[in-house]
Amino acid sequence: MTQPASLSPGCPSGLAPPERAPSNDVSAFVRWEAGQHSLQLSVRGAKCAGCLGKIEREVGALPGVTQARLNLSNGRMDVQWKGALDANRIAGTISALGYGVAPFAPDEADSEAQREERSLLIAMAVAAFAAANIMLLSVSIWSGHDEMGETTRRVMHAISGAIALPAALFSGRVFFRSAWGALKRGRANMDVPISLAVSLALAVSVAETIRGGEHAYFDAAVMLLFFLLIGRFLDARLRRRTHAAAHDLAALQTRTVTRLGMDGHTESVRASDIAAGDTILLAPGERLAVDMDVTDGVSEADESLVSGESLPRAVAAGTRLFAGTVNLTQPVRGRAIAPASDSLLADIGRMLEAGEQRRSTYRRIADKAVSLYIPLVHTTAALTFIGWLVAGAGVREALMIAVSTLIITCPCALALAAPVVQVVASGRLFARGVFLRSGDALERIAGCGHVVFDKTGTLTLGEPELLREAGDAALLGRAARLARASRHPLSRAIVAAAGAGEVAAHVSEHPGLGLEADIDGVRCRLGSAEWAGAPDDAASTARLQLWYAEGDAVPHRFVFEDALRPGAGAIAGKLAARGITLEILSGDREQAVAETAATLGVREWRAGASPSQKAARLEALREEGRKVLMIGDGLNDAASLSLAHASLAPGGAMDVSQSASDAVYTGAGLDAILTTIDAARNAKRRMVQNFSLAAAYNLIAVPIAVAGFATPLVAAIAMSASSIIVTLNALRPDSRRR
Amino acid sequence: MEMLAFLIPVALMLGLVGLAAFIWSVRSGQFDDPDGAAARILIDEDAPATLRD
Repeated sequence: MTQPASLSPGCPSGLAPPERAPSNDVSAFVRWEAGQHSLQLSVRGAKCAGCLGKIEREVGALPGVTQARLNLSNGRMDVQWKGALDANRIAGTISALGYGVAPFAPDEADSEAQREERSLLIAMAVAAFAAANIMLLSVSIWSGHDEMGETTRRVMHAISGAIALPAALFSGRVFFRSAWGALKRGRANMDVPISLAVSLALAVSVAETIRGGEHAYFDAAVMLLFFLLIGRFLDARLRRRTHAAAHDLAALQTRTVTRLGMDGHTESVRASDIAAGDTILLAPGERLAVDMDVTDGVSEADESLVSGESLPRAVAAGTRLFAGTVNLTQPVRGRAIAPASDSLLADIGRMLEAGEQRRSTYRRIADKAVSLYIPLVHTTAALTFIGWLVAGAGVREALMIAVSTLIITCPCALALAAPVVQVVASGRLFARGVFLRSGDALERIAGCGHVVFDKTGTLTLGEPELLREAGDAALLGRAARLARASRHPLSRAIVAAAGAGEVAAHVSEHPGLGLEADIDGVRCRLGSAEWAGAPDDAASTARLQLWYAEGDAVPHRFVFEDALRPGAGAIAGKLAARGITLEILSGDREQAVAETAATLGVREWRAGASPSQKAARLEALREEGRKVLMIGDGLNDAASLSLAHASLAPGGAMDVSQSASDAVYTGAGLDAILTTIDAARNAKRRMVQNFSLAAAYNLIAVPIAVAGFATPLVAAIAMSASSIIVTLNALRPDSRRR
Repeated sequence: MEMLAFLIPVALMLGLVGLAAFIWSVRSGQFDDPDGAAARILIDEDAPATLRD
């Protein structure tokens, strides 16, 4: 078979650039079920029918594959095969086609969310069916107002009731359950007035039907449920989509560990399968996925994700390394330690818990609206009942009017006011690569007036960049001959500056010191000052630096800086334009932080902060009454992320930090932060607008209902009109600002 | 008016059939991958035409 011509890498329609991500070892994620191997992968970059066909055809053609199915909506691929096919060959095949691929472990929360979404969809369909059919009968009752005989009307009401009661019980479960749960805890949420309105409307309508009365509110009750279920369903679907996107980002991180068995064989296992005491092999360039004590080997480690320190740290036997550390120069061996046994991690865990508790006490705008709304409406209804009794109406008539007041002031618009805005805003952010983790995150982000940035990896890329000097091109080219043989970040920065070129033969790497090679009989060294034979006093400046020496010539110094992310230079000004103050809180050395702060024009900064110092700073800010938006990526930021009023994490952050934050943004630049803040403020404005619209509606509707004019027809029109207005306001495109 | 006794049940039955079909399609996962379903129809799965003698 000839290879089809369409095998250019990536999406054939050009909808996504080809990806060349180094694929992780996926073999640890293979499961064995029903006589077959099965593997779930998360595939990035598949956008069109061409991608779908190409991937499924190529994977399906591998020997033994019985099923290869890609879900284009969420990028999940399910592969099943028999026989001895290597799982990494499947991942390699997809990767060679130009798509990003990562192993995906299906989590319990996701399948739970999918069940919830399905049951909401079915509940919505049942409510829609019931609402449509009851409306059919109701319209004939309203239009046949004078001519219809009482028996016919009663039959029509009875049929409506027969449809409405089971449908409302079935599709209203989600509201009844939530209302009951809230009441049991002695609180009230939006679902309490909803449940009360629906059940009262149904009860009164049943009584009226039995009595042969003129008005029944079956249609209003079911239509109310239908509108509300639309909001709930959209909300559930978006939450699941953003959750899955965030989960996929986390799946990109290394999850496998190379374990050294008793017999000397290595195997790749999942990080969660590592027990304390296992021997682990960490290759150069690999990121550690568990915590370990080094037993053997000398190397250097990049701990910027753990401590925020941008200089590599020397590693020798006895050093303790934490998950997130990247090994730089030489392979090391270590013994895994139990996560809870260490005080740093236990501390962070405790602080995370405290943050979670703090956050659960946050009162959303909707909660505040409900706490105003419930007493007001229920008092009005009670007063209406008493008022009509006093005015001489019968108990039945007074009750009917009171109930119609409750129905027409139904919290329909109120219950849609916040969720629809959240759904629309997070959908727009999702399209721009910002994944919100909780519904009330937008409100909290909008309220923030002070931003605390971590430095390493958040404001900077966490990768060193060579500071060029005039006339260093020739030296740089010669130094690069050594640097090309190393994976050390400083070597790579030299190579990045020098470009492609030759590599010296027999380069030896000495951990903690540098590189050495004989080039044309001259001993060339690239490394620390001591290694290259530079004078001691020149080495005292604590900057990222490398020395290059040829033979006995005077060594040359290369100086590096941690490169700022694109857009970082302007961020202070742009935040100031939005009335937001800025501060840097870093675990890095004082000088590095001072330089970054000076470049960005930030006056307030703190360096060398430990995780608990960071948390203490956030507490202090909170006591000053400031609402802080924390942005950070490292393990050392996790606690402060969860303690802040709101928090953001970049896509490359540690998974602990991602799950401690309210939103995760992707992309190298910092513009996503401004986008998120703008979207959050816009969303908050819309929510307030929507609540005002709902209040205005009630101001008009309540007098009508209290006066006893709220017939089922009026109720049906008023309710749907208010819901539609609120929804349209949320869907209205963003007004252009700036 | 007697027609109503016949027409209303018929209308409801038709609606119920539609509802049942929808619930079945949701349960059997047909709404799990809307983008994929739209794309799959474009994939050409036919074998290349061969000459018959």
